[in-house]
Amino acid sequence: MDSGHNGDFAIETRGLNLWYGDFQALFDVDLGVKRGMITSMIGPSGCGKTTLLRTCNRIIERLGYVRTTGSVFVLGHDIFGDDVELVQVRKQIGMVFQRPNPLPISIRDNVLFGFKLHEARLRKVSAAEEDEVLESSLRQVLLWDTVKDRLDKPATGLSLEEQQKLCIARLLPVKPQVLLMDEPCSALDPAGTEAVEELIWRLRGEYTILIVTHNMAQARRASEECVFMLLGRIIEHGRTEELFLSPEHSETADYIEGRYG
Amino acid sequence: MFTATPLNRRSYRNQSLAKAVFFLMTVVLVIPVLLIVGTLVVKGAPAISWEFLFTAPTDNMTAGGIFPALVGTIWLVVVALLASVPVGVAAALYLSEYAPDNLLTRTINLAIINLAGVPSIVHALFGFGAFVLFFRMGQSILAASLTLAIMTLPVVIVATRESLQAVPQAFREACWNMGATRWQTIRKVVLPNSISGILTGVILEVSRTAGETAPIMFTGAAMFVPFLPESVFDQTMAMSYHLYNVATQLTDVPEELTFGVALVLIAIVLMMNAVSIGFRVYLRGMKKW
Ligand SMILES: Nc1ncnc2c1ncn2[C@@H]1O[C@H](COP(=O)(O)OP(=O)(O)O)[C@@H](O)[C@H]1O
Ligand SMILES: [Mg+2]
Repeated sequence: MDSGHNGDFAIETRGLNLWYGDFQALFDVDLGVKRGMITSMIGPSGCGKTTLLRTCNRIIERLGYVRTTGSVFVLGHDIFGDDVELVQVRKQIGMVFQRPNPLPISIRDNVLFGFKLHEARLRKVSAAEEDEVLESSLRQVLLWDTVKDRLDKPATGLSLEEQQKLCIARLLPVKPQVLLMDEPCSALDPAGTEAVEELIWRLRGEYTILIVTHNMAQARRASEECVFMLLGRIIEHGRTEELFLSPEHSETADYIEGRYG
Repeated sequence: MFTATPLNRRSYRNQSLAKAVFFLMTVVLVIPVLLIVGTLVVKGAPAISWEFLFTAPTDNMTAGGIFPALVGTIWLVVVALLASVPVGVAAALYLSEYAPDNLLTRTINLAIINLAGVPSIVHALFGFGAFVLFFRMGQSILAASLTLAIMTLPVVIVATRESLQAVPQAFREACWNMGATRWQTIRKVVLPNSISGILTGVILEVSRTAGETAPIMFTGAAMFVPFLPESVFDQTMAMSYHLYNVATQLTDVPEELTFGVALVLIAIVLMMNAVSIGFRVYLRGMKKW
């Protein structure tokens, strides 16, 4: 265990700065995402929400010109530590992307992808167990009844809403503790948005969820805490009702009243 | 209400003019191709026969067939493929999937693209110095094929990298996100979705080497070898070099024979292209997205 972290936090960043080349995208970000809660993150486009999320599972490192300072603790452990295995970090943090990105393989293979990668390499997994994992994951995201007859069909043939649910389902067999969602509903129609939102609400408690959204109503409805970001900084972080009813900062008030783009 | 205004008419005139110019350019491009192929077929076809294809030259190469050269070219291309594909694909995988996107990587990429522009005669000299002399391979299929391989490496790398980069980044992120390593991601997602493009591109590029003369001239091609090569250490005849010889080095070669050789050479290259395109169509049919 690293010293000095706060055990209540699933994700904690301290003095996190991030640069894309010379452009600084995050400034001194101190964020604590409480365990077992849904935290929403709002802020205008380009304020660094996606960047912050991608830093938490270190997917951002793919870009060679990204540089960070400060630290990020996930479940109490510094993910920039020397002995950190990225695979282990990413198993604990599942991410749902803005555009649904199912792999171009069957629905079954999509859901079992992570499971096969991790479990099936350690021990012999029976076909029955795979089917069980498949069914329970799809049931959890309310997709089982829709797809149970076409499990071997390509996942890319599903509707966007179903694809996004599938993208959530495939994270579950790996048993992550944290789910990061980057505007998961922005590619969906209103009905799809509602369905996925309902699903996220169902997952509350079992997982710590950090969800980025442009939809103020969604943040209000579906989160317990809310973070407001602007130009790479966290301006305000508090209980959702309080943040919306009596924001401390004028920038927050301006944003939630729709005075920013 | 919906009739054309003068402005509409002017736009329309400009647009017809542009279309006419582009069409003309296309015609200018197509005519030489038709002329070349047409001449080859008309003048060369009479020479083509089973005997021409499957016997060795006779009478100081002024008569007889082309069989040793045909077989030699196949040897050269296949050995060149075997040498350049593994190295080129591995290098492209490294550059596209592992190397960080930084200045060094970008410089290497640029260098590779520029390397593709090095004249083949320079490769020939390099191959002669390196393979024939320094590594003591002598003039052999191996030395010639390695020279061809070096020459095609840049294009193999570029073609492979393009196919790899056509695989959406979102697929990779989806994999990493589930805790897959780079290699697992490559094996399970990137390669299955790019292999058709890679193979086609690579075969297409390497088959062009069937027509190259300069790189094999000093390194392994012989003017006349009456028997077929038995191993990569033998010298061999090759179609391109044979054409060069019958067309310019020897006298008294009937025109028909020269054009026949040229026709077969073009047919080989086109056939390899056709195979790689057929291959792509087939693999694309199997693709699931
Ligand atoms: N790959 C990148 N390279 C350079 N700059 C980037 C890159 N991705 C994002 N940025 C910049 O970083 C800032 C934050 O972007 P992002 O995190 O995507 O914002 P958000 O998700 O809040 O809309 C933006 O100004 C954007 O232009
Ligand atoms: Mg974003």
